[in-house]
Amino acid sequence: MDIAVVVKLVPDLVEELAIDESGAALDTSYLRLIVNELDNHAVEQAILLKESAGGQVTVIAPDLEGVDDILFTAAAKGADRLIKLTGAMSGVNNYALSNSLAAIIREIKPHLVLTGVQANNDLDGSVGPRLAALLGMAYVGYVSGVTPANDSVKVRKEYSGGLVAQVAVRLPAVLGIQAAGKPPRYVPISKIRQMSKTARIKDQPAGDLDAGNGAAVKHMFKPEMGTHATMIEGEADEVADRLIAIFKEQDIL
Amino acid sequence: MTIPENSPHRSFSESFIASLYDLPDGERIRTCLQCGMCGGVCPFGYAMEFPPNKMIATLRADVFDWVMKSQSVWMCISCYACAQVCPSKIPLTTTLMTRAKEELLLAGNVPTELQQALENSQRYGNVLGQSQRKRADWTKALKYPVPLMGQDRKSADVLWFVGDYGSYHPRIQLVSKAVAQVLAALGIDFGVLGPDENSDGDSQRLAGERGLFETLAAKNGQALRKYKFNQILVTDPHAYNAFKNQYPALGISYPVKHYTQFLVERLDQLKPLLKKAANMRVAYHDPCYLGRANDIYDEPRQLLQAIPGVELVEMSHHHTTSLCCGGGGGGMWMDGFQWEKAQARTTNWRIKEALAVKANTLAVACPYEPPRFEDAARNIREAAELAVKDIAELVADALND
Ligand code: SF4
Ligand code: SF4
Repeated sequence: MDIAVVVKLVPDLVEELAIDESGAALDTSYLRLIVNELDNHAVEQAILLKESAGGQVTVIAPDLEGVDDILFTAAAKGADRLIKLTGAMSGVNNYALSNSLAAIIREIKPHLVLTGVQANNDLDGSVGPRLAALLGMAYVGYVSGVTPANDSVKVRKEYSGGLVAQVAVRLPAVLGIQAAGKPPRYVPISKIRQMSKTARIKDQPAGDLDAGNGAAVKHMFKPEMGTHATMIEGEADEVADRLIAIFKEQDIL
Repeated sequence: MTIPENSPHRSFSESFIASLYDLPDGERIRTCLQCGMCGGVCPFGYAMEFPPNKMIATLRADVFDWVMKSQSVWMCISCYACAQVCPSKIPLTTTLMTRAKEELLLAGNVPTELQQALENSQRYGNVLGQSQRKRADWTKALKYPVPLMGQDRKSADVLWFVGDYGSYHPRIQLVSKAVAQVLAALGIDFGVLGPDENSDGDSQRLAGERGLFETLAAKNGQALRKYKFNQILVTDPHAYNAFKNQYPALGISYPVKHYTQFLVERLDQLKPLLKKAANMRVAYHDPCYLGRANDIYDEPRQLLQAIPGVELVEMSHHHTTSLCCGGGGGGMWMDGFQWEKAQARTTNWRIKEALAVKANTLAVACPYEPPRFEDAARNIREAAELAVKDIAELVADALND
């Protein structure tokens, strides 16, 4: 089963985010990008499928700071082909990104397209559904686990309220991954270093990055701190009594 | 019969043994008597499917893949207890145990908790997964200035390598502040690297991630080369081990002192400053990476005895027989894993030893220890009054200022 995985790079929330002078975008001078966690699960799911059913795994990511490392890491896990989408990728929206990705994926003709179901910088919807629409494929999102069947896959999908469904999806299809069947594996640095010497990354121009008439950010600001916290002062016993009283008032106890 | 190195018939056991021979004193493994002392002294030997003696047996029987399929090796906390007692003087910790972890890591057999710490070190340069930009935040608003190299000065007599826990862990920041206070009292000309400092990487190395260790070392080497200084001061014995025994082979070579050594050298100057008397019965816990790994036993004790009002007592395990806190070799990041396998913590055992000699203070000298021992003490009713303090904190408390 040939699989294409779409990986986005998103702001790393470990670093403090700052808003730039325009007041409508993040200050990129301190920004560090990291692989979108759910896309990392999509890569893992693709490798797991390759290990159980064979096939080729192609990983595609936009050309942003740190992308080579992310692609070489995917290769060290078992990805066969690495594609870097080149062009003005900084701040590109999902509308434009999906258009470019769809053109590449049409050429690769995979049986399955995997991507994280969402990313922390999605503004105009997520990549998966739009890709599916452009490619004329079925889409299933919030998938946590995929098993291969003949010309279909069985996907596990969790619903709120503790319900789990198993869905048969005919191929080709696009899946929005919430979690891989197993947590993403660790790759020792030595293996990544080795890949950076042997694996090849193909540069693929993104072409026209038409942002469409999608949403534009006018004003960006930090959420205001809530003022609902009450500090309870006093001796431990008094604090405990007060807490119990509050819990009772609120019907928690 | 010897099998040629490139023979396709070489088994995994054989190539693994051959890789041990390349390490310092690695060939000594041939002299194993199968006495079992290593597995007996190992604090987690009872919870290991394959303690070191059995690992050697599987190598000799050419079935080392049994070990590779189990997670037994991940119980090793790189404490040097086995190497210390081995009658054949086989350096088990640095050869057999570390190499086995390297192979497990390559094979993808890694406990999830450990993976997190390694990923953090890879990405952020510290095991706690914090922003490097905040590495010197603990130095802000201190009574005693901690100069930042590059920003406040280009050169200093002493470069203080603070370490991950000293920089980020709220409990160990208190130790860092104590060290800063003592350095200020002695008028030491020093500076710290701040955001340029990376994890020393030694425990990651002993957890099998040698490549990561080399990457972190290279970053530290690059940062250090920017400045002029005469010696490195470390607060973390693991960093001491890295700078003393590992970095030189990577071209990073500086004189290094653990703070206990550094302060004992200045005891004549320090002692008159220690005026506040305490009433303490102190048991000192030898950290593995000061004691067994680096033979530093006396300086911490000398320092403690210089504090007025301190009565030093020894627990049943002390000096070369000290009992590991469980944090070495990646153990620091595998508490859940260890608990699942062993249903016990070495720290609980240690706290009981301190109580048995009626100590009211357990003194330590490694940043892994205060949180580990304090957690254990909280779970033992009789330990309610037992204080866990780094020696630096006890020294700072005794300063009269
Ligand atoms: S203590 Fe040394 S000689 Fe004895 S079994 Fe262990 S490795 Fe072999
Ligand atoms: S180094 Fe310590 S934990 Fe590891 S095998 Fe030896 S005695 Fe056991």
